[in-house]
Amino acid sequence: MPVLTYVWILPLLPLLGAAANGIFGRGWTKGVVTGVALSSTTLAFLAALELVREFVALPPDQIPWTKSYFMWISAGGFRADFALLVDQLTVVMLLVVTGVGWLIHIYSTGYMHDDPGYRRFFSYLNLFMFFMLLLVLAANYLLMFVGWEGVGLCSYLLIGFFFLRQSATNAGNKAFWVNRIGDFGFILGVLLILRTFGTLDFATVLPRAAAMPAEPAGQAGALTWIAILLFVGAAGKSAQLPLYVWLPDAMEGPTPVSALIHAATMVTAGVYMVARSHAIFLNAPMAMEAVAVVGCVTALFAATIGLVQTDIKKVLAYSTVSQLGYMFLACGVGAFSAGVFHLMMHAFFKGLLFLAAGSVIHAMGGEQDMSKMGGLRKKIPWTFWTMFMATLAIVGTPGFSGFFSKDEILNETQNVSMTLWALGVLTAGLTSFYMFRLLFLTFFGSNRFDERKVHVHESPRNMLAPLVVLAILAVGGGWMAAPHLWGGVNYFEQFLAPVFATSGRVVMPKDDLVVDPGRDLLKALAGAPVIVGLLGFLLAWWFYIRSPKTPKKLATSLAATYKLLSGKYFVDELYAAVIVRPLVWISDKVLWRVVDEGVIDGTVNAVARVSEEAGDKLRYASTGNIRTYAAWILVGAVVFTSLLLWMAG
Amino acid sequence: MVPTSYYLVLSAVLFGLGVVAFIFKRNIITIFMSIELMLNAVNLAFVAFSRALGQLQGQVFVFFVIVVAAAEAAVGLAIIIVIARNRGTLNVERVDSLKH
Repeated sequence: MPVLTYVWILPLLPLLGAAANGIFGRGWTKGVVTGVALSSTTLAFLAALELVREFVALPPDQIPWTKSYFMWISAGGFRADFALLVDQLTVVMLLVVTGVGWLIHIYSTGYMHDDPGYRRFFSYLNLFMFFMLLLVLAANYLLMFVGWEGVGLCSYLLIGFFFLRQSATNAGNKAFWVNRIGDFGFILGVLLILRTFGTLDFATVLPRAAAMPAEPAGQAGALTWIAILLFVGAAGKSAQLPLYVWLPDAMEGPTPVSALIHAATMVTAGVYMVARSHAIFLNAPMAMEAVAVVGCVTALFAATIGLVQTDIKKVLAYSTVSQLGYMFLACGVGAFSAGVFHLMMHAFFKGLLFLAAGSVIHAMGGEQDMSKMGGLRKKIPWTFWTMFMATLAIVGTPGFSGFFSKDEILNETQNVSMTLWALGVLTAGLTSFYMFRLLFLTFFGSNRFDERKVHVHESPRNMLAPLVVLAILAVGGGWMAAPHLWGGVNYFEQFLAPVFATSGRVVMPKDDLVVDPGRDLLKALAGAPVIVGLLGFLLAWWFYIRSPKTPKKLATSLAATYKLLSGKYFVDELYAAVIVRPLVWISDKVLWRVVDEGVIDGTVNAVARVSEEAGDKLRYASTGNIRTYAAWILVGAVVFTSLLLWMAG
Repeated sequence: MVPTSYYLVLSAVLFGLGVVAFIFKRNIITIFMSIELMLNAVNLAFVAFSRALGQLQGQVFVFFVIVVAAAEAAVGLAIIIVIARNRGTLNVERVDSLKH
């Protein structure tokens, strides 16, 4: 079992790629840089496949497979190892990260081809893969935190990739700062875990947390606080209310980065972390409620903003925030495997949507405004068809991946709260509307750009191939959960069950329920989410194909609402007024002028001035005249001798 | 027998003369002589104590001091001659090229 024994190979491969390109690649040609970057990710993907093959053959009592490579920290009673853990949840994440990451690397070789920062881009991208793999493989919270911070760093570097653009560097800074808030919550949660359990190893903490009694509502104990703090971290990384503001701005980065980091992998790290800590969350009902409510409200909130955005990437960004809300909703109602399932499906279809959007932007020569596109369907058919598949998947068309994952989440929510379910269904309708709006504005209707200036062209093959592969996954990926519909087994849930079973929550045995396969199937196919999705589609069709004047009329008749939505609820302005500006004011007027210049600089300057003055006075004693010195020696001798005599006498 | 205190008083007077001359005189040869005077004042005190206590160590010290003083005289006089040749003066106040 070579790969399972040496799991560290997996993260090491992209790290080597990043180091080779970043440190030694200065004089290398584009071909060599591409070779290094692609081979490292390809090998990582192959290693992940081999790992899955070995993992499946493992006897159940050896799962979770934990391997400690060396002692990392030992301080007093605290000990943390460089240890990696592989279980079913890790396997899912590994496949998503290496698989989608690999496809996006291939795509990037086309998309970034003419960029002067080509080598830097791939170095960062490989480095990101390293940290992401470390995050999902870590066997304790501390090592996970290393990966967590690392992906944040790479996200910052890649958002600000076009660093000559002021808005890009600002967006990078914003992402970094907002994530700081979340990471602070995360590290506090980790410290509280250490205080409560005395260790940070998943293998010890989670069973012990599962064995603790559930904390009753209204009585926040250690578990509730840990769960809340961890969720603050997750909300920062996964862009949930109120920390979501960085993700839409992160679209300043190159489009493959938006696909890989800000759609498929990094932003789902929060969901992964909550799912990993399920044992803690399940015994903290108040925290669970918070997760569910925040997730659901975020899903709805972001979807409404997405309705009116005109930048193709911004729509997708708000859509990502919204879909992440679904995942947290799933976690909050205890359906962790449904959340992870949606995570995986989302990685496929949202990664594809971003890549296709990148292909559109590429075709339009850098234009991102949908109001200046239109009628591209015939000109870039491959991009259109793959994006169409992804849209069908995300809106939950029966048979496509989003249908299985989203409906499962909504089904599970129905068992917990009808209000959350209703909001979730409403969001599904909004999703359908804004996605078809995007599709219609971009690919249908008449072209609203100057054809003499913009030479629309289909992307090269190395960009289209990943689109096609992802489209196949986005269409077919959901079928492993499908048999559930006609009373069979949800293979995905069954695969993940051992992970979530350790928490004591038994996956509901299906044979207890009276199953009527035909009725269930009908219910799923004609259920509320599907109907609402269809309504969204029809509305979008009416607005943007049938009578394209309606949106403008509606925008003027509902001016206030439109302004609120297109202004993104003015959350950025609110934060600027309440948090950013006061902070800047205090930093400028108090911390800089008073504390820094007054206290710190003042102390240092005072010490220097005293020394200078004293030296200035004392230097008159050093005349350089040997006889003066002799006189001083004499005086000293006389004083000293008389002192001795006086003391002796 | 002459009491020890007489010798010590003479020694102190000679030493004091040496110190005063060292501090106030400007001629480099006079300063040099005042150093010799101080050394010999100390020698006198040594010998006086040696005789009073009936021990020989004091006299041995004196020989050391004489040897050192002789060596010092050889080196010091050579330096003085060089100074006198190069600068044409024996006034120590003028020998200050390091200061300026």
